[in-house]
Amino acid sequence: MKNKYLKGAARLAGLASVLPLAGCEWDILDPKGPVGDQLKTLIVESTVAMLIVVVPTIIMACYFAWKYRQTNTEAEYLPKWCHSNKIEAAIWGIPTLIIIYLAVITYQTCHSLDPYRPLDAEATTKPLEVEVVALDWKWLFIYPDEGIATVNQLAIPVNKPVHFVITSDAVMNSFFIPRLGSMIYAMAGMQTQLHLMATEAGDYLGESANYSGRGFSDMEFRTLAMPQDQYAAWVEKVRSSSDQLDDQTYPRLAAPSEAEPVKYYSHVEPNLFDQIVAKYNNGMVMDKSTGKMIHVQSAMSDMNMKE
Amino acid sequence: MAHDTTLSDAHAEHEHHELPTVFGFWVYLMTDCIIFGSLFAVFAVLRNQFAGGPTGKELFEISGLALETALLLISSITYGFGMIAAHKGQIKSVQMWLAVTFLLGLGFVFLELREFAHMIADGAGPDRSAFLSAFFTLVSTHGLHVSCGLVWLVVMIVQLSGVSAINERMMNKLTMLSLFWHFLDIVWICVFTYVYLASMI
Amino acid sequence: MLGRLSFADIPLDVPILVGTFIGVAIAGIAVLGLITYFGKWGYLWKEWLTSVDHKRLAVMYVVVALLALVRGFADAIMMRTQLALAYAGNPGYLPPHHYDQIFSAHGTIMIFFMAMAFMTALFNFVVPLQIGARDVAFPFLNNLSFWMTAVAFALINVSLFIGEFSQCGWLAYPPLSENQFSPGVGVDYYIWAVQISGVGTLLTGVNFFVTIVKMRAPGMTWMKIPVFTWTAFCASVLIMIAFPVLTVAIALLGLDRYFGMHFFTNDGGGNQMLYLSLIWTWGHPEVYILVIPAFGVFSEVVPAFSQKPIFGYATMVYATCAIMVLSFVVWVHHFFTMGAGADVNAFFGIATMIISIPTGVKLFNWLFTMYKGRVEFHATMYWAVGFMVTFTIGGMTGVMMAIPAADFVLHNSLFLIAHFHNVIIGGVYFGYICGMNFWFPKVFGFKLNETWGKRAFWCWFVGFYFAFVPLYVLGFEGMTRRLNHYSNPAWHPWLLIAEIGAVMILFGIVCQVTQLYVSIRDMNLAENRDVTGDPWNGRSLEWSTSSPPPPYNFAIVPHVHEFDAFMHDKENGIDTRQAGGPYQPIHMPKNTAAGFLVGAFSFVLGFAAIWYIWWLAAIALVGVFATVIARSANQDVDYYIPAEEVARIENEHSRKLMAQAAE
Repeated sequence: MKNKYLKGAARLAGLASVLPLAGCEWDILDPKGPVGDQLKTLIVESTVAMLIVVVPTIIMACYFAWKYRQTNTEAEYLPKWCHSNKIEAAIWGIPTLIIIYLAVITYQTCHSLDPYRPLDAEATTKPLEVEVVALDWKWLFIYPDEGIATVNQLAIPVNKPVHFVITSDAVMNSFFIPRLGSMIYAMAGMQTQLHLMATEAGDYLGESANYSGRGFSDMEFRTLAMPQDQYAAWVEKVRSSSDQLDDQTYPRLAAPSEAEPVKYYSHVEPNLFDQIVAKYNNGMVMDKSTGKMIHVQSAMSDMNMKE
Repeated sequence: MAHDTTLSDAHAEHEHHELPTVFGFWVYLMTDCIIFGSLFAVFAVLRNQFAGGPTGKELFEISGLALETALLLISSITYGFGMIAAHKGQIKSVQMWLAVTFLLGLGFVFLELREFAHMIADGAGPDRSAFLSAFFTLVSTHGLHVSCGLVWLVVMIVQLSGVSAINERMMNKLTMLSLFWHFLDIVWICVFTYVYLASMI
Repeated sequence: MLGRLSFADIPLDVPILVGTFIGVAIAGIAVLGLITYFGKWGYLWKEWLTSVDHKRLAVMYVVVALLALVRGFADAIMMRTQLALAYAGNPGYLPPHHYDQIFSAHGTIMIFFMAMAFMTALFNFVVPLQIGARDVAFPFLNNLSFWMTAVAFALINVSLFIGEFSQCGWLAYPPLSENQFSPGVGVDYYIWAVQISGVGTLLTGVNFFVTIVKMRAPGMTWMKIPVFTWTAFCASVLIMIAFPVLTVAIALLGLDRYFGMHFFTNDGGGNQMLYLSLIWTWGHPEVYILVIPAFGVFSEVVPAFSQKPIFGYATMVYATCAIMVLSFVVWVHHFFTMGAGADVNAFFGIATMIISIPTGVKLFNWLFTMYKGRVEFHATMYWAVGFMVTFTIGGMTGVMMAIPAADFVLHNSLFLIAHFHNVIIGGVYFGYICGMNFWFPKVFGFKLNETWGKRAFWCWFVGFYFAFVPLYVLGFEGMTRRLNHYSNPAWHPWLLIAEIGAVMILFGIVCQVTQLYVSIRDMNLAENRDVTGDPWNGRSLEWSTSSPPPPYNFAIVPHVHEFDAFMHDKENGIDTRQAGGPYQPIHMPKNTAAGFLVGAFSFVLGFAAIWYIWWLAAIALVGVFATVIARSANQDVDYYIPAEEVARIENEHSRKLMAQAAE
C-alpha cells in the first residue's frame, strides 16, 4: 500500500516540477493590467498567510499519526490526557491572528478593488466607455462615444482605462476577461459596472463565467488590446461596415444563436443600451451620474418584450 | 433533562412512554413560522414592483378585511372554549365549539376567496406583477393553512363522536390543533398590518 | 388525458439512455426475481419497508445513498470524459443538452440524495443509541421522511427515461430556469424532486431535534452528550431553520413556472437576485448541515482509535455551535460578483473567514487527540487522517475565495469546483464512509473487511488529488465551470489528468463494493464477528448493547454518570446493561404502511404535476390527505414486548459475553 502511495506522490512531484514552467501561462497569475496585478498580489499574500497554519497542520496530522502509532511502544502514552489551556489558547489564538490580518486586507481590497471604483489612471485619462449586453449566446459591445458596436470582439487601447456598463437582454451571465481582472454579473433590467485597463497589447480570452444555457460554451469573445493608433484604425474599420444596429436589426441579433461570428456595426441607435435596460423596468432606467430613475424615449417602446 | 439518578427505573420507564408530541408539533410550527417569515421578506422586496399594474392602495378594501379579521379572531376564542370543555371532558360541548370554530373559519376562507375572485376579475391576478405575485402567495399560503385547519377540525369532530372519554392521544391532538389555530391567528395579524394596512397608508 | 406526456418524450434516440435503461431494467428484474424466488416479499414488507425502527431505516437510507452515489458518480465520470475529449473543435460524445442535464443531475443527486441520505442514515442509527433511547421521538414520521427521500430519488431517476432533467445547474438559477428560457419538463422534475425530499428532511430535522432535547438517558446533561449527537443536534437546528427557506424558494420558482407569476422573471417586476438570496440562505447552511455530522464522526472515530478521550470536548461543542450560528451570516459570498457595495462584500467576506477559526480549532482538537495516544491504523482511521490532510487544503482555498476581491477572478471557475469537492469529498464523504466502517459491526454484527477498506481509501485519496488539483490549476487558467467543450489547448492536459483521477475514484468505488461483498461472504468467520457489541473498545452508549442491537436497544435504560458514559462504566466496573434485570415489558411502536403510502402518493403527485396530468395529481393529493387522516384515526399503533421476551434476549447476550470473556 505504501508503495502505491509513494508512486502517487512521485507522480504528483513530477507534475509539480513542470508547474513553474506552466505557471507563466496561467491567466490569473499572469495578468496584463493593473486590476489583475493587484488581484494576483492579493491571492499570493493571502495564500502565504494561510500556509503559516496549513502547512504545520498537515505535517502534524501525518507526524502525530505516525509517531503515536500503536506499534511504536517507545512513544509516550497518556490515556487520560485531554485538556491543556496552553494548547487551547494557541489553537484559538494563532488562527484568529491570521484571520484578523486577512480581515484587514479583505476590507482594504474590497474598497481598493471595488469594480465600481474608477481606476487611479482615470484621474488623468478619460476612460473609454463601453456598454456591454449579454445576449443568448453572444456579447454585444456598444461604443457610445464612437457610435459603433461589435459582437464577440472587444477592442481597447492599451494603457487607457475602460469603463464598462453591463446588462443582459436574456438570462444572467458574468462578464469576465481573466487576463485583465475582475468579473461582474450581467443581469436583465440592471446595470453593473466595471473598470479595467490593459497595460500590454495582446489578444485575450473573454468569456461568460455564469452558465446561461445551451450555447454557453461558445459564448466567448476576443479582447484585442492594441496601441492607440491601431485602435483608431480598428474603429475606422468598424465604421466602414455596412451593417447598422437599430430597432429593425437588433431583435434579429437578440434572438438566440450559438457560436456567433464577429460582427461590426457602423452605426448604433444612440440610446439602445438604455432602452434594453428600460424594457424590463416599465420604460425607466437609472441615470448613472445622478442615481435617479428617468424615462427612456424609445423607438422600441412597442417592441415586444420577450415573453 | 438533568435527571436525578436516584429516580426509580419504573419512573424512568414511564418518562420514555410520554412521547413529546405537543413539543414536537410546536417545534414544527416554528419551521412553519420561517416559511411565513420568508414569504414576508419576499413581499417586502417586491411590494413596490407594480409593473404598471394596480397598487395595493387601489385594490384593498378595509370593510371586507375587517370582517375577515373579526371572524378569525373570534374563531380563536371559540376554539379556546372548546379546549376548556375538553379539559372538563365534555365531549358534546367540545364538538359544538369546534363546529362553531369551523363555521367561522369557513366564513374567513369564503371572504378571502371572494376578494381574490374580484381582484382576478379586475385583471389584478397573481400574474399581473411581482407585487401581486407576492401578495397572492403570502395571503393564500395563510388561507391554505386555514383550509387545512378546517379539514383537521372536521376530522376531530368525527373522531370525537366515536369516543366515550378524551384520552391522552386525543387531548394531544386537540392541543396541537389549538396551537395551530392560534398560530394562524397571529400570522393573520401580521398579514393584516404589514400587507394590507401598510399598503393602504 | 396524459397532459403534455407523449410517446415522443421517451428518449429512444439517445443510445446512452437506452443502454442505461436496459441495464437498470435487467438489474431490477434480477433483484425482484431473487426476492420472489426466495419468497422474501412478506419479510421485506413487514420487517423493512413498513418498519419504524430507526436502525432499519438507517440501513434503507444507506441503500438509497449508495445507489445515489453510483448514479452521481456515473454522471461525474461522463463529464470528465467529455471534457477530456471535447477540445479544439471536437464536440466530444455528449450533445450540449445532454451534458447540461448531467451536471445538473450530478449536483442535485450528490447533495440531496447521496450526502443528505447518508447523513440521515448516520443520525438514525447512531443518535438514539448514543443517548440511550429506544427510538426517535416520532418513529412514524421517521419512516415517512425516509419514503419522501426515496420517492424523490426515484422521481429524479425517472427523468432519465421519461422526458428530460433540468439543464439549469443544481440550484436552477432564474431567469434561466423560468418557463421563458426552459419550457421543458426538466426544471419541473427538479422542483418536485427537491420539494418532496425537502419535506422529508425537514421532518427529520424536527424529529432529531425533539429526540435529542427530550429523550436522553437520565444523567446525560448537555455537556455529557457525545460529540456526534451534538453535531446531529446542530445539524437538526440548521435543517429546521434553512429548509423552510428552500421550500419557499423552490415553491416560488414553481409558481412562476406553473401560474405565470413574477417572482424571479426578467419582466413584471421580478427579481432574480431575490432567488439567489433565498436559495443561498438555505444553501450555505446546507453545506454545514452536511459537514458538521462528518465532524461528529471524526470526533467519535479519532478517540476510539487513538485510545484516548477527545481533546478539548467543551471547545469542540462551542466550536460546533459557533459554526452553526455563523453559517447564517455568510450567504452573500456565493454572489459577491453581483455588484453589491464594498462594505456589504467586506462584511460577508470577513464573516466567512471567521468560520475558519472554529473549524480550525476542531482540526487541532483531533490532532491533539492523536497526540500521546496509541493510534490503531484501521481502515476507519485511514479515512480520518486522510480527511485531516485533505480538508485543511479545502479550508484554505475556501478562505481564499472568501476574500471578495479574489473571488472576482475565482468565482464560478473550476477553482470553485475544486474547492467545494475538496471539502465535500475530503470532508463529508470521507467522514460518512469513515462512519460506515466504524458503526458497520454495530449494525450487522460483523466487521467490514480491512484490506479492501484500505484499498478503497487509497484509491479515493490519491484519485481525489489527481481529479481535483488540476481543476485548481484550470481555475487559475481562467476556465469556467459548466463548459461542455472548449478551444484553449492549454487546458487539455490538465483535464486529462483529472480524467485519470476520476478513473482512480472509480476503482475506489469498485473496492468499496468488493469490501461489502467480501465482508458479507466472510461474515461468519470468528475474527469478523462482533460478539461483544464493543469491537473497538468504544466510549459511548451505543457500544454497551449487543450487535446488532435488539429492537428496543436498551432493556433497561442506562444511567449516565460521565461524558464517555460507557468507557466510564467499563473503567469503574459498572454494568451499563444492568444484566439480569429485573426486566419490564417494553412499549414499542408498531410498523405501519402509512409512510410508504404517503410516499407513493407524493411520487404520483409529483409525476402528474410535472406532466400536467391534473386529474391524477388531484387523486394523489387526496390520497396523501386520506392516508394521513386514516393514520390519525388508527388506534392500533403500539404494542408491548413482554418482560420474559426481553429477559430471554438479554440472557442470550449475557451468555455470549461470558463465553467471550472465558476464551
